[in-house]
Amino acid sequence: MVKNKKTMNLNFGPQHPAAHGVLRLILELDGEIVEKIDPHIGLLHRGTEKLIEHKTYTQAIPYFDRLDYVAPMNQEHAFALAIEKLLNIEVPIRGQYIRILFCEIGRILSHLLNITTQALDVGALTPSLWGFEERETLMTFYERVSGSRLHANYFRPGGVHKDLPRGLTDDIASFCETFPKVVDNLETLLTDNRIFKQRNVDIGIVTKSEALEHSFSGVMLRGSGVPWDLRKSQPYECYEEFNFKIPIGKNGDCYDRYICRMEEMRESVKIIKDCIKKMPTGPVKSIDGKITPPKREDLKNSMEALIHHFKLFSEGFRVPKGEIYTAVEAPKGEFGVYLISDGSSKPYKCKIRAPGFSHLQAMDYLLKGHMLADVPAVLGSLDIVFGEVDR
Amino acid sequence: MSMTVNELEKTVNSSLTTAIKISKINFGHLFIDIDVKDLSSTILFLKTNAKCKFKQLIDITAVDYPENEKRFKIVYLLLSHENNLRIIININIIENDMIPSLTKIFPSANWMEREVFDMYGISFKDHPDLRRILTDYGFEGFPLRKDFPLTGHTEVRYSEDKKKVISEPVKLEQEYRHFDFESPWEGTKYIKEESQKNKNNE
Repeated sequence: MVKNKKTMNLNFGPQHPAAHGVLRLILELDGEIVEKIDPHIGLLHRGTEKLIEHKTYTQAIPYFDRLDYVAPMNQEHAFALAIEKLLNIEVPIRGQYIRILFCEIGRILSHLLNITTQALDVGALTPSLWGFEERETLMTFYERVSGSRLHANYFRPGGVHKDLPRGLTDDIASFCETFPKVVDNLETLLTDNRIFKQRNVDIGIVTKSEALEHSFSGVMLRGSGVPWDLRKSQPYECYEEFNFKIPIGKNGDCYDRYICRMEEMRESVKIIKDCIKKMPTGPVKSIDGKITPPKREDLKNSMEALIHHFKLFSEGFRVPKGEIYTAVEAPKGEFGVYLISDGSSKPYKCKIRAPGFSHLQAMDYLLKGHMLADVPAVLGSLDIVFGEVDR
Repeated sequence: MSMTVNELEKTVNSSLTTAIKISKINFGHLFIDIDVKDLSSTILFLKTNAKCKFKQLIDITAVDYPENEKRFKIVYLLLSHENNLRIIININIIENDMIPSLTKIFPSANWMEREVFDMYGISFKDHPDLRRILTDYGFEGFPLRKDFPLTGHTEVRYSEDKKKVISEPVKLEQEYRHFDFESPWEGTKYIKEESQKNKNNE
């Protein structure tokens, strides 16, 4: 045997605790140095886009919960916005506030999961135990408003499904009082932790221009010092009425991205507080009976409401012909929906632009020359959820 | 400093004159239609031009129109941070056309083009690594084409005899049911129209 080949191939995943789901990496290693990474994705591919083409607009919403299942409502939001723009309908102001409230809760949900699992990947167990307790509280808010902890199906074209139950805003407000303390505690565990810093500082550095070239968005872009947040730059709903800051990083490494996420959680808490304080009264969904279903009690008394209800849940509403791209700032980055309607009650085409897809693609470029042990650290800071990457 | 979408339309049209077939502004985004041969030059212009600065490729996708002669529409979505604008580029192609790959201009186009290839079977010229990406190993067919059935062609199960996972043709307990709820009845529009007319007459 002639030993002329010095690299070795290593198969990582698809079932691996640090893979954040079902990711298979084919690593080409020279000793402990990574030479090349070939991510194999699609193990969670469910054909969401194909399924959506065969469902009415209302029936398609639950599929969006199952994309990034860590922050379900943010995904629904993009789809609802796209439909609303094509239909040219307005969401009542209370509906918009409720949407923002739950989008920010989603952001905290997602960041909590990401930060704590990133810490878990580099060896810290406690943050995940502390963080998941808070996530559970937040998910009960989801449950109280929509009936389910994860797959909410709460944002509908024209508004949200139901008004907030009594007492919920008070509970969210009291959560906002205690939560910043939890973030502080998490920080004492991680921010100055020697091991955490050794594993994250100067690992997976992305420069400004490279972040743009690789279609990064969200924290991946802001961590490299690009001040870009769709909530500020292309405000949707009534985000311009809120006062919040966009934390940006300096070095573009895993550590900066972690710090950005920490700060974003604090900003989200501010938005939630503001939202509850300013919460207007009024309807939560469009009053256009051709788009939004009638109230339960109207069904018993009004023939028109009954017909509307029947038509909406059998045929669904029709959306005028057109094509549109709408994007929202999901916790992981720019989540976009490119929707084509042919005038019928089902989408002709619905392309989902998932932020994680571009981020994962850059694995090869991010990790070239790094050590094998840095693979989970970088993977953790990319904030990958396979529901949205594989669709 | 930054442009409005109308100024962008003017800039793009005056610089790329003949390449642009249709340009329109919808929902605050600029939509342009171009030919395949002008793709690379147009994208490169949009990326490097000092005014346009479309530095980010957001997504690439395709749309299938089986009844059209030019069956596929390829869609490129670009974003300019400096101008805070989006542009959507459409290209209509026939089934076996080759599209020039954008991987040289945008490295992130790599997977996006692989996905289009996987879902629609559209090939890209000079792509470094045009493999399937989302579908299973050994998958056949192009799932997002309109003539591909929703249920697919094969299903997998664990075979107790062979002691491994095997794939076999789909057997459905019940045919896939397509409910046609669409009715020609369009509600009571005529009453609205009548009352509108009466109002106008008054």
